[in-house]
Amino acid sequence: MAALMMRGSLSVRCSPSFGARSWAFANSASAQSVSVPTGKSLPEQVKIVEVGPRDGLQNEKTVVPTEVKIELINMLSEAGLPVIEATSFVSPKWVPQMADQEEVMRGIQRRLGVRYPVLTPNLKGFQAALNAGAEEVAVFGAASELFSKKNINCSVEESLQRFEEVVRAAKAANVTVRGYVSCVLGCPYEGQVSPDKVAQVAKRLYSMGCYEVSLGDTIGVGTPGSMRAMLSAVSSQVPLGALAVHCHDTYGQALANILTALQMGVSVVDSSVAGLGGCPYAQGASGNVATEDVVYMLHGLGIHTGVDLTRVMDAGAFICRSLNRRTNSKVAQASCKL
Amino acid sequence: MGNVPVPAKHCFSVERLFPMYPRLPLWMQKDKVPAPNQLPEFVKVVEVGPRDGLQNENEIVPTKVKLELIDMLSKTGLSVIEATAFVSSKWVPQMADHTDVLRGIHREPQVKYPVLTPNFQGFQAAVAAGATEVAVFASASETFSRKNINCSIDESMQRFEKVLHAAKKAQIPVRGYVSCALGCPYEGKIEPEEVTKVAKRLHDLGCYEISLGDTIGVGTPGSMARLLGAVLAEVPADALAVHCHDTYGQALANILTALQMGISVVDSSVAGLGGCPYARGASGNVSTEDVLYMLHGLGIETGVDLAKVMEAGDFICKALKRRTNSKVALAKTGV
Repeated sequence: MAALMMRGSLSVRCSPSFGARSWAFANSASAQSVSVPTGKSLPEQVKIVEVGPRDGLQNEKTVVPTEVKIELINMLSEAGLPVIEATSFVSPKWVPQMADQEEVMRGIQRRLGVRYPVLTPNLKGFQAALNAGAEEVAVFGAASELFSKKNINCSVEESLQRFEEVVRAAKAANVTVRGYVSCVLGCPYEGQVSPDKVAQVAKRLYSMGCYEVSLGDTIGVGTPGSMRAMLSAVSSQVPLGALAVHCHDTYGQALANILTALQMGVSVVDSSVAGLGGCPYAQGASGNVATEDVVYMLHGLGIHTGVDLTRVMDAGAFICRSLNRRTNSKVAQASCKL
Repeated sequence: MGNVPVPAKHCFSVERLFPMYPRLPLWMQKDKVPAPNQLPEFVKVVEVGPRDGLQNENEIVPTKVKLELIDMLSKTGLSVIEATAFVSSKWVPQMADHTDVLRGIHREPQVKYPVLTPNFQGFQAAVAAGATEVAVFASASETFSRKNINCSIDESMQRFEKVLHAAKKAQIPVRGYVSCALGCPYEGKIEPEEVTKVAKRLHDLGCYEISLGDTIGVGTPGSMARLLGAVLAEVPADALAVHCHDTYGQALANILTALQMGISVVDSSVAGLGGCPYARGASGNVSTEDVLYMLHGLGIETGVDLAKVMEAGDFICKALKRRTNSKVALAKTGV
């Protein structure tokens, strides 16, 4: 079985008594590309956007010391992830977990070729981010009016106007902007959300200058059916190559939804190491989909990600120990007796 | 079939009747390949919680709790509930009360209650206890077969042949399982051709349905598509089912892939009962609630009431003093 072990740290922290675990990784890494039953080929490459340090930690109850955040981001940088959402320039009064935003930004060891976007809800946040050395920022819109009002205290239109300011300033400073749309498959307040509304908001973000728009199933209620309908509507307004999916696993549907998105031509997937970040709308339920589980599926499909799964698992094990919690990643659970 | 409800259409369709009545003219079942991109209108969910689920739980569950669980599941609309296993109580203490369970359940008229029968002796005991459907378990991996049931694949087939022969005489349908369909904890990779051989043998021997089991949950949509591509060349889609484990979180994506390839029978376990004996602490069976959520979200009919399944799941988790493995249950109850 030693020949089947992946080079790296799998044997260091875990002691698989069966070849199954190590074999599983070797197998998933060496699978050949398959075309899916729908007849359309899956993308050959998928970009994983790691949101654990921001979206993940922001939704964890335990406030994590700055040096732990920095160590986490550094470990993720070494795992081959091309994009790591580092922190958020929001008011520390509202989001205490992100209060150390500047220290984190200045403290991380940036790896060449890796991007470290930060959230900037408005011009003020953008300027602070720029001062702290940000080269990419992100703005968060919503497809639901009620959610927008409850979450960021303004209407969708008002938020888009704020973002336009940010995008203008970002352009002037040569900083790229990623857009997010939340509640694309359902809203905790409004319930069903119309795919056309999602398409409208996505189009606005893209037209104003966001290079990519990440479509978030904020409460994880989506299924492959609603994912397909939403993506059909959005892709008629925004090119597929500029779209990403940000699926929550609250109802266990994330991987099936991501697979559907891939089948429709989306090739950027957001995920969170160890599945960090529960759902604030369903107490005790899970939130973000785990990076390890996504990478396992992608590699099993023969899709190239550039990500070293064992190193992501190491980062996941590290942050879970710091948070004193169990991982939400099934791949991690299956591989280690933790 | 006009205004006939979808589940009825499914029951009376040629696809369903043909395996049970093989003398139906071949011309009736030709050309019925699923169109690409088309999902089945109806999916049959086979509930394995009371057997496969409980068998892999550490806590021994009292008979009356098992009976209550099965009775609750019988009222959810599930059409197949795997009730127990007629195996040696020395090896599987959880199933020691198999006769009491089979005799004690309140059988719903539209529900089938298959029981595991690894050999002729088990089959006889099952029939004596009133079984009206049985199941046999083969493996696509030689090593797994030897370690799990102490004999080679060939030897196991000979045992099953006896069971099938007797079952045919007694007019008892037999379901076949193939474990390690996407990987083996001992051998590692399993070639789709090996799985196909075993599935075909079981089908040829008379099993009306073959459930392909990803025993250690290592499969992904890629390996599932490759597996089904091979098996479908030898066994018709309507005689196949998928039994996905969620050990690596891949189950729903794998099930979706299977549906896209024309499979319309899915095994699952209420509350995701039944961990993985090969990865301690890891999950095993995919949970029925999560499967139903996906199917219903896709507009696929199942005839099953998700809320009632969740109640059954809640009941058995309280009895086992454990948390549900179902994400849908966790999200909806906020516990």
